[in-house]
Amino acid sequence: MRANARVVAALSLRSIKQAFRRPQFLMPILVFPSLFLAVNVGGAGRATDIPAFPDVAGFLDFELAGAIVQSTMLAAVSGGVALALDIESGFMDRLIAAPIPRTAIVVGRLAATAAMGVLAGVWFVAIGLIFGAEIQGGVPGALLVIAMATTCAAAWGGFGAALALRSGTASVVQGTFPIIFVIIFLSSAFFPGNLLLEPARSVSDWNPMSFIAEGIRDPIVSDISAQPVLEGIVAIAGVMALGAALSVWGLRKRLAT
Amino acid sequence: MRGTWLLMRRALNEVIRVPGAAIPGIAAPTLFLLGLTAVFGNLTLLPGFSTTDFMAFILPVSVMQSATFSGAATGVNLARDIEQGWFDRLYVSPISRRALLAGHVLSASLRALMPITAVIVVALFFGVDLQGVDGLLLAIVLAAAFAAAIACYAVVLALRFRTQQAAPLMLAGSFMMVLFTTSYAPLDLLTGWFQEVARYNPVRFILEGVRQMSVYGVDWGHTWKALVALAGLTLFFGAFAMRGLLRAADA
Repeated sequence: MRANARVVAALSLRSIKQAFRRPQFLMPILVFPSLFLAVNVGGAGRATDIPAFPDVAGFLDFELAGAIVQSTMLAAVSGGVALALDIESGFMDRLIAAPIPRTAIVVGRLAATAAMGVLAGVWFVAIGLIFGAEIQGGVPGALLVIAMATTCAAAWGGFGAALALRSGTASVVQGTFPIIFVIIFLSSAFFPGNLLLEPARSVSDWNPMSFIAEGIRDPIVSDISAQPVLEGIVAIAGVMALGAALSVWGLRKRLAT
Repeated sequence: MRGTWLLMRRALNEVIRVPGAAIPGIAAPTLFLLGLTAVFGNLTLLPGFSTTDFMAFILPVSVMQSATFSGAATGVNLARDIEQGWFDRLYVSPISRRALLAGHVLSASLRALMPITAVIVVALFFGVDLQGVDGLLLAIVLAAAFAAAIACYAVVLALRFRTQQAAPLMLAGSFMMVLFTTSYAPLDLLTGWFQEVARYNPVRFILEGVRQMSVYGVDWGHTWKALVALAGLTLFFGAFAMRGLLRAADA
């Protein structure tokens, strides 16, 4: 058990170092969502004047959750791309031949994706505070936001890993970037669900991304309330379970070839 | 002149022979058109918003994004040519540096026509009312010319970094030029420092020029500002691209 943890930690550390050494992995996680955050807040900041808009201190406060979930999903795809590159370069074969549990290979990668989630959470909470947002839930609220960003990244990371294991090609995983935007656009991540246009409004009612975003948003825009946070945690757990099942299936298929 | 034309033909051949390469340039702006409309469509409820149809308002942004894709692709292709050594062969051929630059940049304008048309067709399918044929033609010309300006910018980066890994920089940089404008809302409805950036961003005038197609209708006030901004941007990035080409030849 302890040896397994050491393997996972070593592989995770390798993945994190890889992300920091290659800006093309880090840039989509932090820079793109930050720029979109700036555009959304600057361009649509007056949206809080719309009568049906929820009562929030500012549009930046509202948008932070959207930027965080976007960042964590991009982290998941970047993790998948990195795993696919390991497969393409033959590094994965060497890991499979090594005397380590096979699941540690995937868990190590997901741990690194979770670490990117921590980074995303801290980054956007800091950006928010610097640019005048208020975390209404205080320090516990900020910690809750970061914890949910971490688990959210790991949850979606399962899908990235599964795709990488199944396809074995970085370009296929890279090609899922537009799907991220589709999932986010069809949720209440960037705008209140009641103000979305159809069909996004109906889809957002069932989209797990809406529950995750609302769960992350709650400690920012109000005191921590049980319902949205619990719904967010359940949605993350659901996504994580499905992602984990798909990665296990992908790993089995890869080992069988 | 002949050298420029041959380089343009070569770039067009890439589109014809690898049609799949054009898909991201069409898919991404279409996705943004539909997605941003679904998300921010109710911004038109704000007093002072210049139209009640948000898709009509955001369509020019997608048209400009289509142009930036084509412009950035020119830089990425040039970086690939540099990596593969093909560009060195162009350097030793009896073709002027000006023709080299013109061939690459003008091909971006031509290649942009396909995604620009595709995005407009999607918008028409979803019920956007255009303000007339003159506005449509003007928008296409402005956006295609903007693709050339972005191509100059991408060429500067390609010559500087000499690797396709600079592609995200080419794309992100040009996307932000378009988005840090009145992309989501009229200038008076923008907030904070973003409003000031948009006010002085020359791309805003080009965007507003393209927006005559679906929101304002054609008028000289929007058109001349768009033309001046376009000329300025093309000259600015074109001068740097030319300098890059001359320096690369000396290296």
